[in-house]
Amino acid sequence: MDDLDRRQFLKLGGAGVAGAVYVSGLWPQRVFGASTGVEDFGFVQLSDTHWGFGDPSVNPDFAGTLEKAVASVNGLRRRPDFVVFTGDLTHTTDDGDERRRRLARFREIVGALQVKSVRFMPGEHDASLDRGAAFTEFFGDTHYVFDHKGVHFVVLDNVSDPTGSLGDAQLAWLRDDLATRDKAQPIIVLTHRPLFDLAPQWDWATRDGAQALEALVPFEYVTVFYGHIHQEHHHTTGHIAHHSAKSLIFPLPAPMSVPKKAPIPWNPARPYDGLGFRSVQTTHHAEDTTLVEWPVAKVSR
Amino acid sequence: MTSRLLCAWVLAASVGLAAPAHGADRVIRVTAKRFEYAPAEITLRRGEPVVLELTSLDRDHGFRCDELGLRADVKPGEVTRVRLVPQQVGRFPFACDVFCGDGHEDMAGEIDVVE
Repeated sequence: MDDLDRRQFLKLGGAGVAGAVYVSGLWPQRVFGASTGVEDFGFVQLSDTHWGFGDPSVNPDFAGTLEKAVASVNGLRRRPDFVVFTGDLTHTTDDGDERRRRLARFREIVGALQVKSVRFMPGEHDASLDRGAAFTEFFGDTHYVFDHKGVHFVVLDNVSDPTGSLGDAQLAWLRDDLATRDKAQPIIVLTHRPLFDLAPQWDWATRDGAQALEALVPFEYVTVFYGHIHQEHHHTTGHIAHHSAKSLIFPLPAPMSVPKKAPIPWNPARPYDGLGFRSVQTTHHAEDTTLVEWPVAKVSR
Repeated sequence: MTSRLLCAWVLAASVGLAAPAHGADRVIRVTAKRFEYAPAEITLRRGEPVVLELTSLDRDHGFRCDELGLRADVKPGEVTRVRLVPQQVGRFPFACDVFCGDGHEDMAGEIDVVE
């Protein structure tokens, strides 16, 4: 497994307002193949919004950051086909009624997104204490598939089991889903925790994630987008690329870079630093596929 | 209360090979509850075989110490035994790796191996 060398593919957006742009043509493996019938489309990934978190020393705008991000998504010049939230929609609570109030308010806020479709999946804060019961009431299944313009999307749930596992039943479901598919069809996996062992001591892993990756290996074009670690991170396992998203509540330190994992404090000189969301835009020409990291605040684009 | 012997995966470089507990091994009982271990600091002597007896007082927890190659599920009503023979002096953090609520991130401790 290799960490991608950021210098190999980082390009900065114009005048510092557009965020960092990542071009897939420079990746070890393309996100999409040029001959796979993939049509032009884009989607936006938001993650780890932790609605209900309320520590002003960590994020004094804890009540407003999500709404700002929604406004920023709505302000994108190129409207995404859909939006995905890769888990930890809400901050955990022992109170099931409060958890439902948080999920309801979250759903209300993101209802302002001006897109045709929004896809959800849980994080451990949403689902680990009740094995996904409340999440399911609001957003339906915790794992599912859908297809969009030639790409097969697989949403995996590695949080409803508090051990951070997919479990045998979901792995069997995944293998069944993949069994009949063309190995050249591009696959995008959406999940909360990393499927590889990024930092198990920090819970940055999926216990049986290797089995999911093993099932995906025969496919030519596989990319995983995930959240959980509250920072952008790029990694490959074999030919499979893994991209984590920033949070929309607080950033976390680089993997194992400090003795104890804790939120990076708010910097008044650089508000919202380390927070943001991502857009993914592809065309049938693989070299044009880009990941763009956007800041929370609405900017000119 | 049921009991079981954990077949922990072991890094031979830092601890001795796991083996069935011997009657003479020193036993250290460790309890887990949201969001703490007791004791949170466990002092061991290098080369001395010990058995950690782990149990939970409330719900499922985990016990993970990557540097010593230890990982165990810690459940209420069960005793999970982890035998180790530390070979390396130092402080080795351990933490819960089964999400247990708002405070899970703080559920941690250290094994301090001394000469």
